[in-house]
Parts: sequence; structure tokens; C-alpha cells
Amino acid sequence: MDRRQAVKKLLDARQGALVVTGLGSPSYDVHAAGDRDDNYYLWGAMGGAALVGLGLAQAQPEKRVIVITGDGEQLMAFGSIATIAVARPENLDLIVLDNQHFGETGMQASHTGSGIAFDRIAAAAGFAETAELRSLEEVDKLAEKLKEHAGGPRLFVLKIAAENLPRSLPPRDATFVKNRFRAHLGLATC
Amino acid sequence: MGAAEAIKPLSEARTRDLATDWPIALYETLKAAGVQHMSYVPDAGHSTLIRLFNEDADVRTNVLTTEEEGVAISAGSWLGGKRSVLLMQSSGVGNCINMLSLPVQSRFPFLTLVTMRGEWAEFNPWQVPMGRATQASLEAIGLTVLRAETGADLIDTVEQAATMAFDADQQVAVLIGQRLLGKKKW
Repeated sequence: MDRRQAVKKLLDARQGALVVTGLGSPSYDVHAAGDRDDNYYLWGAMGGAALVGLGLAQAQPEKRVIVITGDGEQLMAFGSIATIAVARPENLDLIVLDNQHFGETGMQASHTGSGIAFDRIAAAAGFAETAELRSLEEVDKLAEKLKEHAGGPRLFVLKIAAENLPRSLPPRDATFVKNRFRAHLGLATC
Repeated sequence: MGAAEAIKPLSEARTRDLATDWPIALYETLKAAGVQHMSYVPDAGHSTLIRLFNEDADVRTNVLTTEEEGVAISAGSWLGGKRSVLLMQSSGVGNCINMLSLPVQSRFPFLTLVTMRGEWAEFNPWQVPMGRATQASLEAIGLTVLRAETGADLIDTVEQAATMAFDADQQVAVLIGQRLLGKKKW
């Protein structure tokens, strides 16, 4: 499926959810759907997206937090599945945009094309709900589901086409993005 | 928690015998600094602090599979308005280096307390290389590194490090000397 269309569907239905993105194409996809103060884009710190999401979800238990990252970024955070399952936040959803490749570095094949399935790994770890989606129609249903309360963390793998789309670049000034995000929540910037 | 461990405000925490009671005074110091969130990879030297935080209903704690997870969690916690601290042993510092680019480049307040191995009465030679590299590695990625060798020095150091981190957006590691922790018993 088309990654930009899939991400836009989820974000159009976010209803105030806070969004954290993994480095590379997921940051571009979220930015392409519309730059917002309540997006936190990572440009590095590979393996950090899901865990930034966990810390944010724990600090803001009344808000939903959606992490949108890629298969390569999540592979570097394999242990985060265990840490998040044990922490058991009820307001954290992980979306893994899975093209089965390392798209930023020359489209080398990743583990997810060779049998590593994050939905099954997260289910085995104890996530409240997991699934693998292959069509935009399924994403429409997921967008509605994400609005519902969950009994624990959820993880959804979206199988997307392996292609490099024109980049839509979020601000690279990490301090600016941090302060803009905190101001959105009414927090002091320093 | 026993009566002897009743929590005291910071001013009274300083009346404790810090040569022996520094772990509970450390907990009181972090509470007084407004810490409401903690992540850890266990270490014997942090065991009292970990227990006190885990028993505290006002503090969210996370047990990690590897230390760099806590660097990212701490950043997320600050994004959401909570002060977080990361506890680890010196061997875990090497796991964290690239993830520390997140607080350094984004200027997230970051406070970690690192119990040292491999530097004083160490019986395990495998602890020595990372123990030797701990301070240099942290400084190379851009952290401010402070050390404490006595209980009283540790409480002073952590109190001001928390101010530097949370009020001045600095990234600070406090190394707790193995000489203070004592020889590992097993």
C-alpha cells in the first residue's frame, strides 16, 4: 500500500493524539500529512522512537500517543517490545511502516522480509492488540479503532510499498521541535 | 518500608549518617528535586534506590532490557512534562552513546546516576575496560560528568546536578565511585 496515504488516514483521525516519528521516511510521511506542534520528529537516535513514545505516554496518561516508525528503526529497538509490554501503558500505539527494507541507505533487505513479524512478536510479549495490515481499507478501520480505549499497548504493522518518495522534511532544529511540542501541552520551554 | 526508612524532607535528609545511609538520602534528594519518573537496568549499588522508587506510588518506573532505552524514555518523559532519572552501572554507559545524541542535540534535561565497576577492589577483569572508558565516553558525546567518592559528596553533587539538568537543560552523569559502593559480596 501507499505509505503517504496510509499515514494521512491515521493522522486525519488522530483527534488530539500526540505523535512521535522514527527517523527517515516515517518522519517525512508524517510531515507530508501536515506539520503540527504536537508532532515530535526524530532525525536520529535510531531505536528511540517507541521509547520516546513510552516516556511521553507515561507523563501524559490522559492523552493518546501514536508512534509512527519504520521496520528498520523498530528492529534496532527490539527490546523495547519487552519494556513496553511490561510497562503496559494503555495510551500508546506503535505503527510500524514495514517495507521490508532499509529505504534510506539503498533499499537493502531487512529482517521483516525474512520471517520477522513484529505483530506476532508483540502479541507474544503481551501487547493488548496487534495486527498486520495490507490494504488502505484495513487502515480506514484501524483509524477508527485507534480512537477507542485500549487495555494495554497496541502494535500494528502496515505493509507498504518499498519506494523512496519525494522527501517532505520536518525542521532539523531539535530544540525548536521540542519546545514547540511542550508549548502545545502548556509546558515551560526551559 | 520500616520505621528506620521513614522518608525525611531534604533538610532532614542531611542529618542522616551519609557514610551508611546515602542510598535513602539519595532517594530523598531526587524526590525533593521533583523527580517523578525513573528507568533502570539493575545494579547492586542502586538496589536500595530502585526498591524505594518501585514502592513509591507517585513515581513511574521502567525496568529496561538495555540502558539506551532509558535515554529515549527520559526524553519522552520531559516532552510530557515529567522529570526522569536513569540508573545504570558503568558497563551500561557504552550501550548508550548514540542514543545520547537525542538529549544532547535536542537539549533535553538528562540526569543519570552511574554506579562504577572496574576501578576499586574489582574482582572481575571484564568490568575494567568499560569502567576505564566510562567518563571519557560520556564526555566525548557531550555530557557533563561529575564524580562522588563519599556519601556526603554524593548528596551535594546530585542535588546540584538535578538543578543543572532540569532548570538549565543540561545533560549530566553522576558517577558513584566503587570505593563508596564497597567490594561486591557474593
